Amino acid sequence: MAEVLALSEAVAHLVGDGDTVALEGFTHLIPFAAAHELIRQGRRRLTLVRMTPDVVYDQLIGAGCAERMIFSWGGNPGVGSLHRFRDAVERQWPGPLEIEENSHAGMAAAYAAGAANLPFGLLRGYAGTDLAEHTSSLAWVRCPFTGEELAAVRAIRPDVGIIHAQQADMRGNVLMWGITGVQKEAVLASKRSLVTVEEIVPELEPRPGSVLIPSWVIGAVSVAPGGAHPSYVHDYYPRDNVFYREWDEISRDRDAFRAWIERHVLQVEDVEGYHRSLRERAYA
Amino acid sequence: MTGATTNGTTGWSSDEMMAIAAARRLADGATCFVGIGLPSLAANLARATHAPNLVLVYESGTIGAKPRVLPLSIGDGELAETADSVVSVPEIFAYWLQGGRIDVGFLGAAQIDRHANLNSTVIGDYDRPTVRLPGAGGAPEIAASCRETYVLLRQSLRSFVERLDFRSSVGYGDGPGSRERLGLPGRGVTVVVTDLGLLEPDPETKELVLTHVHPGVSADEARAQTGWPLRVADDLRETAPPSEAELVALRSLRTAGEDGAER
Repeated sequence: MAEVLALSEAVAHLVGDGDTVALEGFTHLIPFAAAHELIRQGRRRLTLVRMTPDVVYDQLIGAGCAERMIFSWGGNPGVGSLHRFRDAVERQWPGPLEIEENSHAGMAAAYAAGAANLPFGLLRGYAGTDLAEHTSSLAWVRCPFTGEELAAVRAIRPDVGIIHAQQADMRGNVLMWGITGVQKEAVLASKRSLVTVEEIVPELEPRPGSVLIPSWVIGAVSVAPGGAHPSYVHDYYPRDNVFYREWDEISRDRDAFRAWIERHVLQVEDVEGYHRSLRERAYA
Repeated sequence: MTGATTNGTTGWSSDEMMAIAAARRLADGATCFVGIGLPSLAANLARATHAPNLVLVYESGTIGAKPRVLPLSIGDGELAETADSVVSVPEIFAYWLQGGRIDVGFLGAAQIDRHANLNSTVIGDYDRPTVRLPGAGGAPEIAASCRETYVLLRQSLRSFVERLDFRSSVGYGDGPGSRERLGLPGRGVTVVVTDLGLLEPDPETKELVLTHVHPGVSADEARAQTGWPLRVADDLRETAPPSEAELVALRSLRTAGEDGAER
């Protein structure tokens, strides 16, 4: 059964230094509030897993939380580069970042294998690319029935899976809808899991295409309204495209980045404080 | 958009020409795996003009999306709201892409070689890169599994190179027979749409050949922006200029999606 905990308590309880942590959410429902809590609590030497690192991992990398990243596409969607990610790979700032690189299809198969408690996922992919030489979690297997050679990708089994969803009920059952990406797989593949939600409602109502994750596979549920900003939450708030564009400027410069993290993450207490700090900045 | 230049004498930008040239090749009713930026613009233009039944599939899991505004990201709410169905990311790649349900895939890249192989991973050495690019994302399997692939890429010596720094996706590998040896189900890249013209693979050698130049562009200009000795088709043709209707449809899409038009 999921415990309903304050986010700071849930992160302290579930995530340790050196853990492998997957924060998922494909453009939609990205768990930023949980990432900010990881930064505030000063987690170090994390292996970060995520298909599309996005601004959320740019922040964690720049803040010095990560030593390794497993990913498949590391850009600022619709804008350009992730400058903190690039600075870490190209110039080892604030420290070296080891990377393990996949394709989207490979990573999706690796999550699905993790959720299914299999040692590897299988796909017709990677053939003829240079990725095969650089990714240690990739190998080739022969189909026992047809003899076809296929790609095998080592299952992703994070210590902690973290996602954001629209709603939970009082018992910690979680409901999400809209684009649901690889979040169900990320939770089921992980040893421990944390779900942040926009709100707790008395009763969950099924919706077309919604995904329900039962309380008994979740470690903790925390309420974090606005916790996916600057990404979006279907039926709650839109994507903050202006922020994604502004991030390009903020993250390009090490000092500007540090000042931003200081003001909007380290000096605030929680997601409410984060939003207040952004409003103050807008009027400054 | 980056690098867009307006053609003063004729009144359209090279980005617009690229989107229009790509859109024209999409047949009505085709299923199309679309990325953000020019591919999304081209596919939505085709849907707004000659191909109203085009099925747009985005890798975020939205099938049959009919966006009213151009999305900025691959997973915008607009795509989910207007889709026939929204499926998980493992499902979109396994059942729909690998399952062989997609006719046309669109790709961009940082580098392309003469056999239409693509690099979207690094410039320079992999372990000590000069430029760390976002990485392959969906591209390797899009290039492998779609019935055919269109590449959209501005032509320059930096991007049209003799040798890729990294091979992220396979076009025709080392030439004839490569795709078959690798077991790649799709036909491969059938056209490269650039700001200067169109390149198509030679049926025998699988080397890209310049088959069309856009209005006002010469074959020599295209050669000068290509890092290998570019072959030019004997019957080199000129792309038809954008029609009034195409430009109106394209510009209304971009106005409607002020956010989405930026990259």
